[in-house]
Amino acid sequence: MNLWNRLMCYSRRRSPWLFHMNSGSCNGCDIELIASLTPRYDAEQLGVRLEGSPRHADILCITGPVTHNAVNAVKTVYGQVCGPKAVVAIGSCPATTNVFIDSRTLDGPLNRHIPVDVFVPGCPPRPDAIIQGIAAAAGILAERAAKKPVAEQTTEPAVVPETSEVKL
Amino acid sequence: MNLTTALARLLIFPGLLFAVPAAWFFLWVERKSVALMQGRIGPPFMQPFYDFIKLLGKSTPPRTGVAGTLMKAWPLIAVSAAAGAVGLLPVLPSFGGFEGDLILLLALLELPSMCIIAAGFSSRSIFGEIGSAREAVLGVSYNVVFLLAIVSIAASQHTFRLEALALLPPSFLRYLGIAAILICLPAKLHINPFSLPNAEQEIYSGPMTEYAGPELAMWELSHGLEWVAATGLVATLAGPHVTAWWLGVVIFVALSFAVVILLSAVAAATARLAIDTTVRFYWQCTLIFAVLAISSVLFMRFRS
Repeated sequence: MNLWNRLMCYSRRRSPWLFHMNSGSCNGCDIELIASLTPRYDAEQLGVRLEGSPRHADILCITGPVTHNAVNAVKTVYGQVCGPKAVVAIGSCPATTNVFIDSRTLDGPLNRHIPVDVFVPGCPPRPDAIIQGIAAAAGILAERAAKKPVAEQTTEPAVVPETSEVKL
Repeated sequence: MNLTTALARLLIFPGLLFAVPAAWFFLWVERKSVALMQGRIGPPFMQPFYDFIKLLGKSTPPRTGVAGTLMKAWPLIAVSAAAGAVGLLPVLPSFGGFEGDLILLLALLELPSMCIIAAGFSSRSIFGEIGSAREAVLGVSYNVVFLLAIVSIAASQHTFRLEALALLPPSFLRYLGIAAILICLPAKLHINPFSLPNAEQEIYSGPMTEYAGPELAMWELSHGLEWVAATGLVATLAGPHVTAWWLGVVIFVALSFAVVILLSAVAAATARLAIDTTVRFYWQCTLIFAVLAISSVLFMRFRS
């Protein structure tokens, strides 16, 4: 592995930018994710930044049991995150659909729709567990950089074709 | 100033070789000081560098057509304009020929925000367009005050050459002008309370919403270079003139650092204002002082 690739691995591990997406969560895990960025837990020490746009993100944090309404949104946002990327499923809902199992409004769990790299179980998980999950996902990103040269990474596992016009 | 010194100024100090690490350093100082003021520990020292390298290694969505080419061009234009603005700052003494010109510096400082406006509209994202519209409105508001302040400084010292301005003894009016520039800087650098164009979470990322990978890295770099150029402008105008060039460099860096800390403190202490409040702030409250400054300058010129 040459110097540039090693630097790239190191930088990817040190600078995970998140995009947070709610796929029908009760808001419990969303609050815990925000709590992990607040002064008590301070995930910015690891270089974590919560980004406004999925285009900027490396790690997609998804909460919630994936309702029928949210399926297409999840796939679109997953396609909008530029590679290399990792997905962290926060809470028990995206992992197993939790107490909502067998509900007719759900289309979960999450890994039926997109590949998930790290599951952080809990209802809700503690902020330290979320930070640990994000750190693990950043490690996975660095490993991907180590295996493949950067130029060979493909852009698109975009599941839903994007349109340039936004319908309001 | 011959070609060699001009190139040295553009490429080494205070140009690219100094400006790029300084841009990363100022971005880190901003994040770290905000974190310390909020009772956090904050990002490690090399964080902006890691972010830059990581963004270089990310892929970008395929872009086609004229709009795609333009989207790739805007961040590069912004970076080169900001780097040119830093290179113009008269930190080192020059020997005749072309000297830092205030009007050119202002034009180069304005170019990155023009690029941001154009980038938001050419990305064709609705959030980008909202962000660009806000940036344009903000520009119309703060630039009046900013330009009036600069013009009043220049008119009070009878020159538009930055080098001559830095050499002249400062007057009371110059400090008034510097205060007006300081009020405009948060809007120019898109930090709180005027972080309207790139309002995170509110309109996703504003004009930057569709940018990814190396293009986003260029935007981050241009933002850092704008920090260096804007704080450097204040440092040049406010700093005392010293004969030893190394002392001048030290004073320049120290004053820039102090301005960064001041702006970060303001950013940490305030929340984002609405666009109408911002426009009212600049047009109603601040403009009065700028008009006062320039009218007193004109009055003094007619008296003398």
